[in-house]
Amino acid sequence: MKIEKKDVEYIAELARLEVSEYEKEMFTEQLSHILNYVKVLEELNTEDISPTFHVFPIKNVFRSDQVKESLSREEVLKNAPGQEKGFFKVPRVIE
Amino acid sequence: MNLYQLKIHEAHELIRDRKVSSEELLLSVLARVEDVEGIVQGFVTVTGDYALKKARETDQKIDRGQKVGPLTGIPFALKDNMCSKDILTTCSSKILKNFVPPYNAEVFDRLEEQGAVLVGKTNMDEFAMGSSTENSGYFSTRNPWDPARVPGGSSGGSAAVVAADEVPFALGSDTGGSIRQPASYCGVVGMKPTYGRVSRYGLIAFASSLDQIGPLTRDVRDCALVMNAICGQDPKDSTSAPVEVPDYSSFIGKPVKGIRMGIAEEYFSLGINDEVRKIVEKAIARLDSLGMGKVELSLPHTSYALPAYYLVSPAEASSNLARYDGIRYGFRYEDSESLLETYKKTRSVGFGTEVKRRIMLGTYALSSGYYDAYYLKAQKVRTLIKSDFDQAFEKCDVIVTPTAPTVSFRTGEKVRDPLQMYLNDVFTIPVSMSGLPAISIPCGFIKGLPVGLQIIGKPFDEGTILQVAAAFEESMPFEDMKPGFGSYAKGGA
Amino acid sequence: MDKYEVVIGLEVHLELRTETKIFCPCPTTFGDEPNTHVCPVCLGLPGVLPVLNKRALEFAVLTGLALNCDINSHSKFDRKNYFYPDLPKAYQISQYDFPVAKQGHLSMQTNGETRVIGINRVHLEEDAGKLIHSEDGLYSLVDYNRTGVPLVEIVSEPDIRSAEEARVFLEALKRILLYTRVSDCKMEEGSLRCDANISIRLKGETELGTKTELKNMNSFKAVQKGLEFEVERQIERLERGERIIQETLRWDEGSAETISMRSKEEAHDYRYFPEPDLVPMEIGTQIVEEVKKRLPELPQEKKERFVIQYGLPEYDAEVLTSTREMADFFEDCVKGFPEPKIVSNWVMGEMSRHMNAAGLDFCNNKVLPEHLVEMLEMLQQGRISGKMAKDIFAEMFSSGKKAEQVVAEKGLEQISDQGVLEGIVEEVIKNNPGPVADYRAKKKKALGYLVGQAMKATRGSANPQMVNAILRDKLK
Repeated sequence: MKIEKKDVEYIAELARLEVSEYEKEMFTEQLSHILNYVKVLEELNTEDISPTFHVFPIKNVFRSDQVKESLSREEVLKNAPGQEKGFFKVPRVIE
Repeated sequence: MNLYQLKIHEAHELIRDRKVSSEELLLSVLARVEDVEGIVQGFVTVTGDYALKKARETDQKIDRGQKVGPLTGIPFALKDNMCSKDILTTCSSKILKNFVPPYNAEVFDRLEEQGAVLVGKTNMDEFAMGSSTENSGYFSTRNPWDPARVPGGSSGGSAAVVAADEVPFALGSDTGGSIRQPASYCGVVGMKPTYGRVSRYGLIAFASSLDQIGPLTRDVRDCALVMNAICGQDPKDSTSAPVEVPDYSSFIGKPVKGIRMGIAEEYFSLGINDEVRKIVEKAIARLDSLGMGKVELSLPHTSYALPAYYLVSPAEASSNLARYDGIRYGFRYEDSESLLETYKKTRSVGFGTEVKRRIMLGTYALSSGYYDAYYLKAQKVRTLIKSDFDQAFEKCDVIVTPTAPTVSFRTGEKVRDPLQMYLNDVFTIPVSMSGLPAISIPCGFIKGLPVGLQIIGKPFDEGTILQVAAAFEESMPFEDMKPGFGSYAKGGA
Repeated sequence: MDKYEVVIGLEVHLELRTETKIFCPCPTTFGDEPNTHVCPVCLGLPGVLPVLNKRALEFAVLTGLALNCDINSHSKFDRKNYFYPDLPKAYQISQYDFPVAKQGHLSMQTNGETRVIGINRVHLEEDAGKLIHSEDGLYSLVDYNRTGVPLVEIVSEPDIRSAEEARVFLEALKRILLYTRVSDCKMEEGSLRCDANISIRLKGETELGTKTELKNMNSFKAVQKGLEFEVERQIERLERGERIIQETLRWDEGSAETISMRSKEEAHDYRYFPEPDLVPMEIGTQIVEEVKKRLPELPQEKKERFVIQYGLPEYDAEVLTSTREMADFFEDCVKGFPEPKIVSNWVMGEMSRHMNAAGLDFCNNKVLPEHLVEMLEMLQQGRISGKMAKDIFAEMFSSGKKAEQVVAEKGLEQISDQGVLEGIVEEVIKNNPGPVADYRAKKKKALGYLVGQAMKATRGSANPQMVNAILRDKLK
């Protein structure tokens, strides 16, 4: 699998990463290298194999619908880089 | 002997018999940290004042007649990816450099309930992505056996501080080998419990379907004691297993005669260092001599585990790490014109290269048009890897392998080649992909550098693993082997 | 424009009325101070894990059953990955390929015919927070109280053929959902939200045309108006020979038009994958049977039963079953006063008129079924007249007093005592010789005058039927 620079740009955009020209080239090469390595998986016929998303078959884990105390607003906002009037403050969203 | 050198069970006896207070033990530990931390650099945060307060509280409780449990008054360290209320928790990432959680990880709560005393948070590869602790966003941790070498990773800080006698035990987390490999490199005992055995609540996620917390200790008996404290279902973690937890200490000292030991040929061929292989074979012979039957077997999909892992774990990580966006906590890049720019700059400046690389890889593996070929394919291969083990465990009770193909390597040696670095975990990853429990214990030395023996068990059968490990340790003790800190030793330090 | 066929599919998001959020124990209360119902889990702090609220699952199953869906015995959650400040984890826990329920339908009445609209799926997911943009547009504020409130998303098949049908579908859907009590379905508070996919094709064509997605319709009326506008816009484009561009549009209530959102033409690549932090659900017969017990009789069945059981006209049955509360009120009244049509008239008439005027409903008004029953009995016994009953009811409605008390306090009781009325009538005959003579001379109109005189003498409280009968008798 050959990754191209435009793939790296697309992935970076999806992942909200800003990548420099240098990084674009580096990632293009390294990701190609790694994807080339993982190509070995194609040797295995997995058509009739079901995937393992969970290693053990635990099912139906629920909580009861009972209210527990929330955090204080002070604690909620304690780590916030920006806040105003009890809200988290974020730079403008360009629509 | 100094107090800081005591193992958990030794220190426990002194505290129980009121010969030593928690505070005295802690002060000795803190002095040791002060002494060697300049070399080891295992801690991101040392919580001296907090520890002193906790130790005094513990002593007062003992004074009032409260029962002294196995961990009461015992100092310990947490890998810095486990949340500690009001104590900085950074994951060794710049993006969380100022993050102070308002809640505790379940394991931390359980240890504090037992009266254990938190001494600090240990360094790691950023977000647990790495095998050398060189990917820390802050600094590299050194291997106490040779400070020019890496302690392994990602729980390198936890392994190093235990090896350097800075704390009697530490918790680490293991996604593809991150407890076992550093335990091997640092000559300590490190156990990855069965997936679901220990609550992940409060463990900062790397790859959710693989992450598991476990202890790093100086011997197997201590490992059992810590396992007793941290294992068991937690209603806050839907994936934690409703499986009864035995008293792990009861497995220590039990004879191993009749326990069938599986030997898989694949683990003695894949890029393994010759001397490592010889030492591990010697260890196997020793176990054999204790009456364990040897079963030759094959785990044919072993070599596919690493590539499958490098699709599954980055995919999950790309999603788990999306929340670090500079909005609610952690670092934010301030000089941005728009939200989009804030996101991108925050994440680009806040994450290190390896983390970005894996986010990119994982995003790609999940993206439109590639999901089936990469992510789904890898999860199907995972089924094959797991069924290898299922079949093997019909013929044996434990499987014994080397933990890593080599001993610790020099700092900087592998940073330029990600794939080369990933190969360190070739023996630990298949186990992680199958959710199985495994331990790494010291089994010998090559030029003063420890070699680890991996003992893999059936799901939720950590007891048998501990039983075999303890028997081996008893038959082949390395008690007098202590890290020398290389050129930093004594006068040098 | 008869050559075109309109194809509409709706996506409805419904906030479930659970006590706590879907994956954490924070309350779901609406309208409180910002960021006061938030915990590490719904704030998406590093290290937290979700645990499913069982009631949320039960409500989703209930919704599926009410919409005649198949319940998926194997269901699971998936992550939908995208960045937005109101989404703390940068992924929404939702359901991708194994929703809780699938393949159902909803029947509705429109223009006198029954239409069956397919339901593609019903799935569970978590709600996002709320974003408020500053007036100067320089920054935004985020409140995470709503984050993690359980939602079901109901996706219809593209079976809807007009804007009006879309509104009727929503009304029918809301009626059913209110019956199940899984949600309060308040569009204005956002507990019911609707997006639409619209495309146009030539009649007889089987392929679907290029669709647009319409958002931000905040009332049923807006749904109809927005869709009407969009249908016309698309037809105009097609008529001009232009192509429809696949895009997301926003209904702008003020300018009454649809506006392209054009939020950067980034392809939506949500990178769905199974949520590793939640285990799969096995929705076996036990859970389904348990939930079925809570499935109420739904509007359509209830309406049909009302017609048969109570002999009511279709119209009455339709109105009375428009809400579960109204239907229950009606049936409770009929139990005490087994004259269904009379009860129906009162419930649909006076009762509804007063409630509408006061902005109240069957849950919060002061008149209880037994109160209405008591009043209707008094009316039947002739103790009060129909006109008095209306006044008495008004007083009952505003004060919460019972009919007996209102009658006693105001001295309103009707005079139905034969002896008393005979005395009054005799007096009227004595005082009105002229009209009496006229009546006897076959001028029948005179009787009405004499009855009026008797009513006047009693300030309206005489039983007019009885007065009438006594007068006829005495003037024979």
